[in-house]
Amino acid sequence: MTIQEIQDNIIKEFEVFADWLDKYDYLISLGNDLPKIDPKYRTEEYIINGCQSKVWLGADLQEGKIIFTADSDAIITKGIISLLIRVLSNRSTEEVMNCDLYFIDRIGLRENLSPTRSNGLLAMTKKMKLYALAYYTRQQMGNS
Amino acid sequence: MESLSEIQIDRIRKDFPILTTRIFGKPIVYFDNGATTQKPRVVIDAISEFYRSKNSSVHRGIHFLSEKSTEAYEQARETVRQFINAGSVNEIIFTSGATGSINAVAFSFGEKFVNAGDEIMISGMEHHSNIIPWQMLCERKNAHLKVFPFDRNGELDFKKFTELFSVKTRLVAFTHVSNTLGTINPVKEMISHAHKYNIPVLVDGAQAIQHSHVDVTDMDCDFYVFSGHKVYGPNGIGVLYGKEKWLEDLPPYQGGGDMVDNVTFEKTTYNILPYKFEAGTTNYVGAIGLKTALDYVTGIGIDKIGTYEKSLLHYATEKLSSIDGLKIYGMTKNKISIISFLLDKVHPYDAGMVLDKLGIAIRTGAHCNQPVMDFYRIEGTLRASMVFYNTREEIDRLYEGLLKIKKMFG
Repeated sequence: MTIQEIQDNIIKEFEVFADWLDKYDYLISLGNDLPKIDPKYRTEEYIINGCQSKVWLGADLQEGKIIFTADSDAIITKGIISLLIRVLSNRSTEEVMNCDLYFIDRIGLRENLSPTRSNGLLAMTKKMKLYALAYYTRQQMGNS
Repeated sequence: MESLSEIQIDRIRKDFPILTTRIFGKPIVYFDNGATTQKPRVVIDAISEFYRSKNSSVHRGIHFLSEKSTEAYEQARETVRQFINAGSVNEIIFTSGATGSINAVAFSFGEKFVNAGDEIMISGMEHHSNIIPWQMLCERKNAHLKVFPFDRNGELDFKKFTELFSVKTRLVAFTHVSNTLGTINPVKEMISHAHKYNIPVLVDGAQAIQHSHVDVTDMDCDFYVFSGHKVYGPNGIGVLYGKEKWLEDLPPYQGGGDMVDNVTFEKTTYNILPYKFEAGTTNYVGAIGLKTALDYVTGIGIDKIGTYEKSLLHYATEKLSSIDGLKIYGMTKNKISIISFLLDKVHPYDAGMVLDKLGIAIRTGAHCNQPVMDFYRIEGTLRASMVFYNTREEIDRLYEGLLKIKKMFG
């Protein structure tokens, strides 16, 4: 599936929720099911500090694909992280760098990525792309 | 003491247009009053009316409008003076807010009276606005910031406070009421203790002015600061009260128009009080809005407001405490209607997001008060701060919301 197809799937999944609380219930379950972050990344070095909640993010390059692992101290934030990982993890660096993340807006969680929320998520999406760029640059240097 | 009846509250609620707002289809419950209060219609109208019919810069023109504007501005000063029972209008300086006022004193007082090795004392429950200006001063002057602690209940340690004084102490600053714990500090006793050593005291009234009768003369503080927007007035206006003897003695902290007497390129002499501390075109419209807000509060009666708010606090404390796993931070007997709490292990941000969708506005996080969070070894809390337009029904809605959250995150 392409990044776009996954995003469209998520949008469809969220269409069934009539109520905000149902949406949050789903995010909570996603948050609870998020695979544990690689412990080496749950350190000060990998923290993305929001004023409201904290996010930890690590990225590895495996066989040309970028693998993200992340965590948060807030469950709803963790639920959204889980969606971001579903969309962006296990992708080529170029795909991550160039992708247009539109699903968050479409499932009504845009406020969670607004700078005023300061929950670390906006910084997290930026950082995911930065990781991709860094690995991409390394790949290019390796090739030359 | 007399409180406000349900009928009166109902009428008061109608004075605040924003309270009819619906959030996600539900009537708003506004419990973020510690951050800012909503504005009664009279304040909104006064500002709009002023711009319509009186607007002109103060203290400048000889023309009709300027005179009207100046008159209104100076009336506002007199209203503030009466509201806090200051001795003279010379002691009332309009600033941008409590933060602006503290920065002004930290600069002006620091310039004149603080030298290398000197000490400034603050309490451990200050919000960032009453920490950082003093830290900046200490850095500038190579002075030291000394902090006296509070206990787990949220009460200042009076003994430690008295022990912290030294020959190097130059000024003591503390909050009248804690923005996180709600504690009302024994300011009068603390001031009187500091005055035994002739040390001046600045009291931060940002969270006190809207809940209780403030009398700076009786309190005998040297400086008292507050923000207009926390007492139903507009944003961007605040007050610095300072005893005349101090304000006379302190150098101005900003230069500009209106604060001068005579200007040449060689030397400038400063204007008299209170203008010496009001450089540039002041926020006179804000001052007039603040006056209207204070008149509104006085019309209802600050004591009645305080009594009603105490009953809200009592009700909310009982109701929220009945939720299994809910822990309240700040349990002093003498507190205002602020409740900081955590629910089990639910992250404040998670709980706040769900409450938001239920139409309930509360604050989550560290409340610009990180040292207090560090003291309790927590990242943040949820804070419900209530004022006189809030009701028991609204507290019930918060209670129901929290039960829902408990279920969702349990």
